[in-house]
This record gives sequence, C-alpha cells and structure tokens, in this order.
Amino acid sequence: MTARVTVDDVKRVAELANLELTPEESGHMLHDLNAILDYVAQLNELDTAGIAPLAQIGELPGAGGVSLLRADEHAGSLDRSQVMQQAPETDQAFFKVPKVIER
Amino acid sequence: MQTDAQTTESFVETPKTLAELRSAIASGRLKATELTAEYYQRIQQKNPRLNVYLSLTKERALAQAARVDAAAAKGDPLGPLAGIPLGIKDVLVMQGAPATAGSRILQGYQPPYDATAVIRLEAAGAVLLGKINCDEFAMGSSNENSAYGPVRNPVAPDRVPGGSSGGSAAAVAANMAVATLGTDTGGSIRQPASFCGVVGVLPTYGRVSRYGLIAFASSLDRIGPFAANVRDAATLLGVIAGHDPHDATSSPAPVPDYATESDKPVAGLRIGVPAEYFGEGLDPEVRAAVESGIDALRAAGCIIQPISLPTTKYAIPAYYLVATAEASANLARFDGVRYGYRSPASATLSDMYRHTRDEGFGAEVKRRILLGTYALSAGYYDAYYLKAQQVRRLLAEEFLRAFADVDAIVTPTSPIPPFKLGEKSGDPLAMYLADIDTVTASLAGICGVSVPCGATASGLPVGMQVLAAHLQESTAFRVARAVEASQGK
Repeated sequence: MTARVTVDDVKRVAELANLELTPEESGHMLHDLNAILDYVAQLNELDTAGIAPLAQIGELPGAGGVSLLRADEHAGSLDRSQVMQQAPETDQAFFKVPKVIER
Repeated sequence: MQTDAQTTESFVETPKTLAELRSAIASGRLKATELTAEYYQRIQQKNPRLNVYLSLTKERALAQAARVDAAAAKGDPLGPLAGIPLGIKDVLVMQGAPATAGSRILQGYQPPYDATAVIRLEAAGAVLLGKINCDEFAMGSSNENSAYGPVRNPVAPDRVPGGSSGGSAAAVAANMAVATLGTDTGGSIRQPASFCGVVGVLPTYGRVSRYGLIAFASSLDRIGPFAANVRDAATLLGVIAGHDPHDATSSPAPVPDYATESDKPVAGLRIGVPAEYFGEGLDPEVRAAVESGIDALRAAGCIIQPISLPTTKYAIPAYYLVATAEASANLARFDGVRYGYRSPASATLSDMYRHTRDEGFGAEVKRRILLGTYALSAGYYDAYYLKAQQVRRLLAEEFLRAFADVDAIVTPTSPIPPFKLGEKSGDPLAMYLADIDTVTASLAGICGVSVPCGATASGLPVGMQVLAAHLQESTAFRVARAVEASQGK
C-alpha cells in the first residue's frame, strides 16, 4: 500500500479525472500525493480482515436508517426551459457541445 | 507588536436572541422589514473587510419580511422564525440566486429550485439575507480556498474564521445574520464555530435532508445551524430536520422539540472524556479552556468518566480517503455542459471538459479529485477505499460501545486556536491533521455541538465539542447549554 506515486501516475490519474495539469501543478501534486499517501499508509497497522465496509450510516443499529426508496412512480420534474436557461450553449431542446468525433 | 484579538480591530457583536426578536415582531414593536434593512446596513458596513456574503437576496428577503409584518398586523399565527434574518452557506441552492460553492466553475449559475432546508426556513417565517462565502466545494479548514477570497475572523481579522463554513460562523459572530446554515463533512460547522466563538451543530447523518446541497462527499455531508446561543441553534435544527422524500437517506425518526430539550438539567448525565483527544498536539490554552468546561459540567452534577477511543488516530487517513473518493465522483458532473462556466474556444468535447475543469477548479479541489481518483483506480481500490471503509466501521462501532456507558462525550473542537491567514495554506497535510478532533464523528455519523467554553489569554475563542449517539441531539444540546450557562450566558 505504500506505493510511491510517479509523474506518470499523476498524469494517468489526471487523465481519468479529466484534468489537465501544467508541469508546475504536476510537480506540486506529485509531492502532495506522496506525502498524503505515506501518511495514509498507517491504516495498514489495523487488522481489518473480515470487517464489512461501512458505506452508509443508516446500516448502523440505532442510526435511524431504514430503506426509504420511494415507490417507482412518475413524478413531476423541472421545466426544460428553466434548465436550458442555465446551459452555456443550447438550442433550447438540447445542450450543445464541441464536436465529439473528427471526420 | 499588534498580534491578537485585544489589540486589533474587532467586529464582534452579539445578535439579540431569537425569542426576543420574534416576540418584538409578533407584537408589532419591531417591523421585520426594518430589522431586515438594519441587517443589510450592517452587512454593507462590515462586508468589505470580512468578505462574508457573496451575494444578497434583497428582493426575496424584503418580500418575505413584508409578508411577516402583514401577518403580524392581522394577528395571524406566525412561524417559529417569523421575521428572523438568516444567512445561507453558498453550497445550498436558492432559486434565482447565484450558487457558486465558492468555485469559479459555477460562475453564473442560478439554480432553478430551492434546497429543502431553504424551503423549511422560509415556511417558518425566516428572512433569507443572502449567500455566504465558504471554501471551494466545502473543501478546507480555513476558508482560504474560496475562489472569491478568504473570510476574516471577526474576533481577530488577521486570523482565519475556520472552514469550510467560515463565512457562516463569521456572520453570526459579527451579527451579519441572527443565525446561519452551514454544512459539515469533516468538521466544517464545528471548527469554524469554535474559531469564531459561536455555537455550531452537526446533526446526525440523515437528520436534515441534503436535497439542494451541492454535494462534496455524499455519505458524510450534513447541513446544520450556527447561532449565538444553544437554544437558538436548537430551534433552527427543529425547523430544518425531518424526513424528505427528495433525500432517500433522510431519517423518518420524529423530530423532538430541541429548544425545550436543551433547557433540561444535566445532573446525573454520564460524560465521557476520551484520553486520545487530550494528547500530543493539543494547545495548552485550548486544553485549559476545555478542562474548565469539564469542571463546569462536574459542578452541574454530571458524572465525568475517563474513556478510551483507540481507533481515533486512524480517523484522518480513513476520512481523507472516503471523502476524496466520493468527491472525485461527485465533482465529475462539472464539465461545462449543463450549467456554470465553460472554457471558451475548445476544438473538441474532451478539450472542452479538460479546459473547463482546469480553469474552473482551484488547487485544493484538484488535489482532492486526484487523490480520490487514485484511491478508486484499478489496483488501488482494495488497499485504499475499501480499507478506509472497514476502518470507518471500526470507528463507528467503537463510538457505539462508548455510548453504552456514557450519555455524551466531550473533547476540544480543534486542537489549536484560530491561526493567521496564510500560516498553513502551503502545507495541505498539516491542514488536514488539524481536523483530528472532528473527522471521527463525521465518519461515525453521530451528532455533536461545538459550544464556546473560554478563550486564550489573547482573547481567541475556544470551543468544546459535545458528541452524542445517533439521533441524540437533545442530549448534546443539554450538555452544550450547561457549558454555555457556566460562561455566564
């Protein structure tokens, strides 16, 4: 778990996250990620074999959570024109974006 | 040398209590419209220095105040917050008002709907003054990560107000609102409350609907109030708490009358004091103030018990893995397509995504997205994210065992008093480590209150954190109220 992050790792993760970093930013992030991950490595001291991960607080006894999924029924939603008003570029029916595929 | 609160300019001013204001408005002695205008005037005076408000919602506030005045004149029944001027952290949406989340990437966005908490406050008669500054996407412990500049601490303006809800805490401390809403993911209500000398509430996870909250880490995010005193904070929580069909994680548990509960005596309550929160790294003046608060609880008849929570030291690493992993997923939606900022002149869709995110996000947000993406990426998921969630369960179960023996747990809210602007901003890990006292309750989902318990020799506020089990807010309020009473309030 104490994997040292490399410049290539930072590049790959930035790509996954759709972030473009300047070389200077990459350098800072490389330093910070390594410092943080070195610190995080202390979790290895804890034996967690057989411990179920806790993803939602509602699972805990006494936390007040029950399954509250609503009935699968159609309900109202926001008006399209209100939503489109907020978009950087639209033809009123759809969001417009730069071209996706080079011909 | 001018250093601290006593020698520099101070913006501190305590608002009147909710009960005082509401009864004056109900009797017609005070017009809600006049009170609102008075608050806008004070905001105009103080905001240039403190940078608390990002935008004002004057038209909406004055219309609501006029409705309250009309109802009062007719003798119609008034809500519990009738005519009370409040401020809203700018991660909660209000229809037609800008919502920035402290980020450039949401510049220009005016949401087409209201958050549930906003709807509930207004239904109770509250007058919402505007949107309040915070760290970008609520990521930070000093309010220095806002794209719109830092907030200054009203007690000592050369110092930070804490974060991420620094503006919400500062607004109450400077009487730029009677009370405010903030959000807390790893301490973002409690720590700024401590730094600014006000009361801040972390409700149980699921107690308050998150509908209309711009998400940071969905399994940790909570909305809660700031106020000048415990009773007012309790009243506000009573208004915003309760089940909401728009948030599947909101709890259906009934909502007690928290304000009445907060006045109940504390004699006989068992109070746990965990050794792990009083060790290395705790500022001696903070320790002294918190210990005086514990003495006050003993004097009020509480049974003080030393306890041990040995998993505490693993909370920071577990928290920063869970929170950043969830953030990396939540913040994927900001891509320049549907709302907010879009980078101009990109040739392709993928360039547009990248340039928009690169120009729109600040350094701390990028750092957390990268860390979270790394922790979730192929080959690392088990070692980081899964491991952190296992540790999360260990921490939560440790709290549940502790609460079998004690009614509440008290600790410092922050190991250090408010620090100077710029003092820690160069070292992200050092900033994360200062969250040690608050991230534990965040991971466990339990509730808590930060209440002022004294000050350093130079007048910087110190807060005590009172933690209680899931849905036991009433107990946390009672204990906090007893500490407050010992301060002569």
